[in-house]
Amino acid sequence: MSENTAADEIIICQDVCKWFGDFQALKNCSLRVQAQEVVVIIGPSGSGKSTFIRCINRLEEHQAGDIIVDGIPLTRDVRNIEQIRSETGMVFQQFNLFPHLTVLENITLAPIQVRKMKKDEAMETAMGLLNRVGIPEQADKYPGQLSGGQQQRVAIARSLAMSPKIMLFDEPTSALDPEMIKEVLDVMQELAETGMTMLVVTHEMGFAREVADRIVFMDGGEIMEVGTPEHFFTNAQHERTKLFLSQIL
Amino acid sequence: MTTAAGTPTDRSVLPVTERYTLLGWLRRNLFSDLFNSLLTLVALASILIVARLLLRWAFNTAEWGVIPANFNLIMRGQYPAIEAWRLWLVIYLLGTVVGIVWRLIVGQFNTTARVLVAIPLVLMLIPFFSMGTRLYLLITAVASFAGYFIAGYLPILHRGRAAVYFVIAYLVVMLILLRGVGAEDGSLPPVQPILWGGLLLSLLLAFFGITLSFPLGVLLALGRQSRLPAIRVISVIYIEFIRGVPLISLLFMGQIMLQLFLPDGFPLVDRVLRALVAITLFSAAYTAENVRGGLQSIPRGQYEAAQAVGLSTYQSTIHIILPQALRAVIPVLVGQFISLFKDTTLVALVGIFDLLGIARTIIANPDWLGTQQEVFAVIAVLFWIFSYTMSFASRRLERRLGVGQR
Ligand SMILES: Nc1ncnc2c1ncn2[C@@H]1O[C@H](COP(=O)(O)OP(=O)(O)OP(=O)(O)O)[C@@H](O)[C@H]1O
Ligand SMILES: [Mg+2]
Repeated sequence: MSENTAADEIIICQDVCKWFGDFQALKNCSLRVQAQEVVVIIGPSGSGKSTFIRCINRLEEHQAGDIIVDGIPLTRDVRNIEQIRSETGMVFQQFNLFPHLTVLENITLAPIQVRKMKKDEAMETAMGLLNRVGIPEQADKYPGQLSGGQQQRVAIARSLAMSPKIMLFDEPTSALDPEMIKEVLDVMQELAETGMTMLVVTHEMGFAREVADRIVFMDGGEIMEVGTPEHFFTNAQHERTKLFLSQIL
Repeated sequence: MTTAAGTPTDRSVLPVTERYTLLGWLRRNLFSDLFNSLLTLVALASILIVARLLLRWAFNTAEWGVIPANFNLIMRGQYPAIEAWRLWLVIYLLGTVVGIVWRLIVGQFNTTARVLVAIPLVLMLIPFFSMGTRLYLLITAVASFAGYFIAGYLPILHRGRAAVYFVIAYLVVMLILLRGVGAEDGSLPPVQPILWGGLLLSLLLAFFGITLSFPLGVLLALGRQSRLPAIRVISVIYIEFIRGVPLISLLFMGQIMLQLFLPDGFPLVDRVLRALVAITLFSAAYTAENVRGGLQSIPRGQYEAAQAVGLSTYQSTIHIILPQALRAVIPVLVGQFISLFKDTTLVALVGIFDLLGIARTIIANPDWLGTQQEVFAVIAVLFWIFSYTMSFASRRLERRLGVGQR
């Protein structure tokens, strides 16, 4: 698939622009992500972080620039969109589990419907994933019966069930009580260690420092600065980056 | 969903003596303060006065003879007496299928099941029934029990799917039995729908009106949200047109104009069928609006999560959006279906003899002059029984499906 792009660049964003009416939410955002890389996106509220990662699986449509995911250009073509979506998992701030389905059904639905997997096989995979995120005993409960941290781990398992090559996280721990944040971050760290390509919007600087390969700082719809955690926490270049870091650290 | 702890009269905080006693309950709910006590007394007095009047009328004044004399008419209209065995067969089969489906879906012979089996047995006690009728009712009870029993031994893999097949098969057999096939002198001679009447027809109109309008209404509701402008506009026009017109005018239009829309040489559609078409089209528009309310209650995150895991629009509608939307509007839909059931009485005005139509012919009969009160009272009770059953069943269904809601 990826012969026509540079080696191992699994996400390529080139001059991506996005407007909501007259308001420009993304201004010429360019970013190249290597396979197996963990990129953390930080920035003040309203800076366009969510909009940026939501463009990558077409929950938002960008109006200018190119996005290429695993060699597939993101165009209006529904087949391309569906293919990219089935290779990309997404975890939301509000979990967005399906409340009328059990935990197990939440996880097996897409593999059965989209990948046409056999029910038994899908259930087996799902149980494996629930083990991996540490809550196999919750399989038959409904999302409403779980704690926030457990729900978010189910959401991660649900995305992983489609065997994605890329995982997008939009503030996965922001809606959680402090004591539940760690259990979700642990799952994410384990995922990073297995070599998953991850794009994570988060305010958890500890996670960024420890797990991220690179950090992206966004402000006012622009990507202001990209660099390693070390670079960011020791000699950030832009004034605004320094200001932002000083406010949240 | 309220939890027990959230109810205003939380039992655990009351003194032990008052928690479960009748007196305690009375005091808490009816005589908590002076104003409440006064209200209770006034209400009680009014109920007593009305009940006394009603009872006195029912036992002293009313001439109930009109009901047994016209009982067959009320039940089945002009459906020929020699073919009445077909109706009984339809009822036996109904009992059997209910038994089978109960075993497949509910799985246990619980209180509700006992109540259901008891219905035909209790009906046997009605004083003016002949021994024959009582025997047929007994057979119905036995048939439903047999259905439940036999279904336990059927080698069935997908219980839900099997239940649906049984119901569909039943409906087909039912229509064939009712309508008849073959020659006039054959073993199952045709009975034109215009001869069907009374309770039989009211129930059929309501049942088919509901089951046909429901899918149409859901499609219209989805159409109204469609991204394709053509589909959206057609849905909106349809819904708004129908909702702007009273049912009775649709019924008249159905009787007079339906024939104009059909191609030349199309066999003349039966009057009853025309009424059913009007009822279905009418109900679909209201279903669509109610379902739309449910669709709008689904948070955007649900659509996004469905997209993000790769479900197509169709798949996410079927598996994620509709199940939640419909669940949210069960009470409204059942309310709508109950009023549709009662609205079917309007067909009496276009010359179809449903329960109300039959009632009007009975009181117009010189032999039964002055029996309006008795006849209408019985019709009202019949409607009440079925409407109440629907609302009772809907509450049960809500509770069953309530599991796992946020
Ligand atoms: N659907 C929308 N319609 C109009 N404007 C929008 C929409 N979604 C986002 N915006 C605007 O785009 C800008 C970027 O929003 P975005 O949600 O991407 O910010 P963010 O960096 O994720 O912020 P936060 O940290 O608060 O989540 C904001 O100014 C927001 O008001
Ligand atoms: Mg955001």
